Amino acid sequence: MPGPDDAHLKMRMEPPAGPDSGPFWEATRAGVLLVQWCTACDKGIFYPRSFCPVCGATDTLQWRPASGRATVYAASVEHKPAATGSTFSGGEPYVIALVDLEEGIRMMTNVVGCAPAEVHPGQAVEVTWEPLSDGRQLPLFIPLGAPEPS
Amino acid sequence: MMRQDRTLRGAAAIVGVADDVSPTGELERTGRALEVAMVQNALDDAGLTLSDVDGVCHADSSMGFAEYLGVHPRFTDSTMTGGSSYEVHLEHGAAAIAAGLCDVVVSVYASTPRSDRTQKRRVDRRYPAGPNPMAEWEWPFGLRMPMGPYALAAARHMHQFGTTAAQLAQIAVSTRAWATLNPRARHQAPLTINEVLASPLQVSPLHLLDCCLVTDGAGAFVMTSADRARSLRRPPVYVLGAATCHDHMMITQMPDLTTTPGRISGANAFRVAGVEPAEVDVLMGYDSFTITALLHLEDLGFCPKGEGGPFVEDGKLGPGGALPMNTNGGGLSFTHPGMYGMFLITEAVRQLRGEGGARQVPGAEIAVAHGSGMVLSCMSTAVLGTEATL
Repeated sequence: MPGPDDAHLKMRMEPPAGPDSGPFWEATRAGVLLVQWCTACDKGIFYPRSFCPVCGATDTLQWRPASGRATVYAASVEHKPAATGSTFSGGEPYVIALVDLEEGIRMMTNVVGCAPAEVHPGQAVEVTWEPLSDGRQLPLFIPLGAPEPS
Repeated sequence: MMRQDRTLRGAAAIVGVADDVSPTGELERTGRALEVAMVQNALDDAGLTLSDVDGVCHADSSMGFAEYLGVHPRFTDSTMTGGSSYEVHLEHGAAAIAAGLCDVVVSVYASTPRSDRTQKRRVDRRYPAGPNPMAEWEWPFGLRMPMGPYALAAARHMHQFGTTAAQLAQIAVSTRAWATLNPRARHQAPLTINEVLASPLQVSPLHLLDCCLVTDGAGAFVMTSADRARSLRRPPVYVLGAATCHDHMMITQMPDLTTTPGRISGANAFRVAGVEPAEVDVLMGYDSFTITALLHLEDLGFCPKGEGGPFVEDGKLGPGGALPMNTNGGGLSFTHPGMYGMFLITEAVRQLRGEGGARQVPGAEIAVAHGSGMVLSCMSTAVLGTEATL
């Protein structure tokens, strides 16, 4: 079993920032989850874009802090982590989920802080942060009210 | 808006096919040499030659391939929609022939991932140029491609409709039953539901035997106008209808993980063809994973949404069943070189010509080749028929 000093086992593929998602990633440094918002449609946009794909506007976009609460839409467990090249779980099975934020957008994430088999559609979850190498943070989710993972 | 135009119906026909696979999973030829052999074999099947070709489709670069072939096409198509690319080529080729843009269209595919690995060949596996939202929003979470997205779709289908792992496994079992009749299939030994469920979980809820093969494989098809087709070597297989739809590229952007854009492509292709699902004799439905095939059954209208699990339980997809599906043994047991859609077409054509051998569906007149590309992203449906269906 990997120990707490096995930092190299935490390696992830780190996300490149897309052309329209700079503010999202910058806010993660402070642990703030932002959602791109079209004020004309009054709807969230994900992933971030240079225009609103619903109404086409380019001058109605803003960034809003999200509540950080979400509901699991679908969840699966990767049982062969080595096959993905990801070592962040230390070789243990991990959960990949799609979660629906309260703001109405759907993101992929890892649900952590509970046994993988406990994660299920409809489950209430909230954001937690995992540091990336450049100071940005990756939004992961834990069951609502669960303690932050160490 | 509903598609009303029916001019595609019967305008073009597939007149030649070829494919190359091996039970070992590996081929000796690779790359352009393999592609050229497929084109030559398909043209020979039709009784045509390279000098007849004036339309070229290739999912990488039709320009590069046509140059290698020495052909100067009037119609060119480099559409790349993953595994459904060849159904899209079929649709575009038929439309181009119907519109008089060209007379003879070839589409070709060759991929040798298995021998690339065993022979340690260096292969350039590029993702599309430009910003890649998958790298930003999916891959950091350790999403295994392409298995991970399909696992999420299966998990959601199970949650929403009560579909079971055993029902998904039945699809692999019925498909294997067809492969036992195909001496070219990679896996030919019978399979049981328990064996599928006992195979290692990959990304839950998908087991290893819910997943397609990784094999070498290649194929090609040739199309021409219905009029010219009647003078050629083989019985023409007519394009009765064809349609395509995509509603996302990455799984995070799929509007509903239980409903694919095949609901749109299928309805439109059937409408153009004037065919109902109940009239289909052979369904070639892209089976990258068992869940993929199950979603096709629902979205093409063979059963209501959510009822795919109970629908397959009686083994109706296998030999002698009410809905013969993937009669070559499919991507699950025949071959899967990465973009399997070519083999949906070659098998559909052989079934409609009565060349299926031990796996021939008696009296097959109408077949559907339904391709699925990327991660349930791009569906393309071709309804094909014999002369009697015109």
